[in-house]
Amino acid sequence: MQVFSSVRDPLVTGGKTVGDVSHDISRHVENKPPRSWWLAFAISLVVLCYGLYCVCTVLWNGIGVWGLNKTVGWAWDITNFVWWVGIGHAGTLISAILLLFRQKWRMSINRAAEAMTIFAVICAATFPLIHMGRLWLGFYWALPLPNAFGSLWANFNSPLLWDVFAISTYFTVSLVFWYIGLIPDFATIRDRAVAQGSMVRAQIYNAMSFGWQGGAKTWMRYEAVALILAGLSTPLVLSVHTIVSMDFATSVIPGWHTTIFPPYFVAGAIFSGFAMVLTLLLITRVVFKLEDYITIYHIELMNIIIIVTGSVVGIAYITELFISWYSGVEYEGYAFYNRVQGPYAWSYWSMMTCNVISPQLFWIKKIRTSIVATFVLSIVVNIGMWFERFVIIVTSLHRDYVPSSWTYFHPTMYDIGEYLFTFGLFFTAFLLFAKFFPVINMAEVKSIVKTDSEKVSH
Amino acid sequence: MNADKNFLVGVFNDEVVLLDGIQKVRTSGLKIHEVFSPFPVHGIDDALGLKRSRLPRAAFLFGLTGTTLALTMQIWMLGYDWPMIIGGKNFASLPPFIPVTFELTVLLSALGMVATFMIVSDLKPYKWPRQFDIRSTDDKHVMAIDLALNSGKSKDEIARILRDAGASEVNEKNFE
Repeated sequence: MQVFSSVRDPLVTGGKTVGDVSHDISRHVENKPPRSWWLAFAISLVVLCYGLYCVCTVLWNGIGVWGLNKTVGWAWDITNFVWWVGIGHAGTLISAILLLFRQKWRMSINRAAEAMTIFAVICAATFPLIHMGRLWLGFYWALPLPNAFGSLWANFNSPLLWDVFAISTYFTVSLVFWYIGLIPDFATIRDRAVAQGSMVRAQIYNAMSFGWQGGAKTWMRYEAVALILAGLSTPLVLSVHTIVSMDFATSVIPGWHTTIFPPYFVAGAIFSGFAMVLTLLLITRVVFKLEDYITIYHIELMNIIIIVTGSVVGIAYITELFISWYSGVEYEGYAFYNRVQGPYAWSYWSMMTCNVISPQLFWIKKIRTSIVATFVLSIVVNIGMWFERFVIIVTSLHRDYVPSSWTYFHPTMYDIGEYLFTFGLFFTAFLLFAKFFPVINMAEVKSIVKTDSEKVSH
Repeated sequence: MNADKNFLVGVFNDEVVLLDGIQKVRTSGLKIHEVFSPFPVHGIDDALGLKRSRLPRAAFLFGLTGTTLALTMQIWMLGYDWPMIIGGKNFASLPPFIPVTFELTVLLSALGMVATFMIVSDLKPYKWPRQFDIRSTDDKHVMAIDLALNSGKSKDEIARILRDAGASEVNEKNFE
């Protein structure tokens, strides 16, 4: 017997029954997509094709076509890499950490957020791969395979190698976690296809569901698997951006050599990830008419997480400034003085405005429960988070120790084109997911729809 | 009559009725073949008397394998096979090996456990399951009773027990 609080509002509105959940979510897979979907898909494909042209040019000519110079050897590529990896933190955080905390509101949003995670990590991975220049040799450089190109084994002392392991493990485990959740829902679509007489669809979704039946014993094992995957993913998701931050923090460049980087990067990652989840879900819920499943309450809770992580990031920025002065190290002090006052001050202040000031607007209930305001601010936050990485990377590099090497970084069309490539890839993949996969975890939502008093029978 | 061929299938509309029904069916002495639900029903494992899953142990053992493998690999490669001075550190110093060790522990633990789950639950892409009632992935809970294993009772008697236990329909299902 379960007893439900009459104080809490239901997580799914509109008086939905278990059968309504199957119908409302599966019908997007069964029906032809709306016109707005086709429009978005066409635009994404065009962007993807243009980006692919730029990527091929880079591969053909080498990364000399980027705007890098001998002082600024890392710029947009690594900025975009860190930005995408950061975005990829929300999905597993929602499905793993919120599962461990028994936050049931995660159930309507975890599927789409995990899909976003997987696509974002793929986008992130393209940047270091292309930056290798000859990426077909990347296996020898990045994986511990015996080779004859110098050192016999990969260097396990290098944070860049830790990154290879962290990102690929994160991608694999997130993919498995996401897919395990999809299996029962694919079976629902299969059985609906059988009932509708569409045997081809039934065969395809049966293969994807691995012949799922939903027996009590299987469900019991399934829940054990989900709980342990959540337990494994929780330290994993925190480790990924920690290790990404060590790419910088273990170096001796002023502005990078900072011990607060790991927690500061993780908070920033969750911050930008939730912003991207909001951007995508606000569109998805309108296009697929899911307002009863992704309610204002869900949006408000995500906005609260944005206030918390945005404030952590803000405190980290101020701490960095304070320590650079308090340490008395002149290089460290100059690096930060240059951020605030130097030729890249415009990017520093864009970052401060977007990341520190704008999320504080969510303290006002009217703003955090407004769909338009949330949508705009979610995009502002991700612009800010891009600038954060740009500020950390380019501003710390462009003033070298020797003033004769001081320089300024200008991106070329190939820097921009490759960034566009990942946008095209991300949105194409997300749109295909939204059409062919159930965008909401039906099995989990079914377990919470009947939170009304009629349920308490004894 | 052969086992695993002829079934009576009770269809339940609600999981609370189902949990109650399982108790009633079991006290009446019937053996339940399996119960199929569209979502995980809490308490159903106790009601059916299922033992706790041993998958956590599998996950732990796979994780341990990952830890051992990662440490052995790194210490052997950089400490013994081709030692090199990198930043004046020891050849095989433990702290820089921790990140990769952690990642491989998680990776092997997750993949090993999921593979075990797939194997023990007989989940594979080329299998079309025996479906007792296709509504069991939509909104119905379905209880299957193997007639051969409950030969002490007549079909009508079993149907009556299922109805008394709260089943909204009782259907017959025969597999070739």
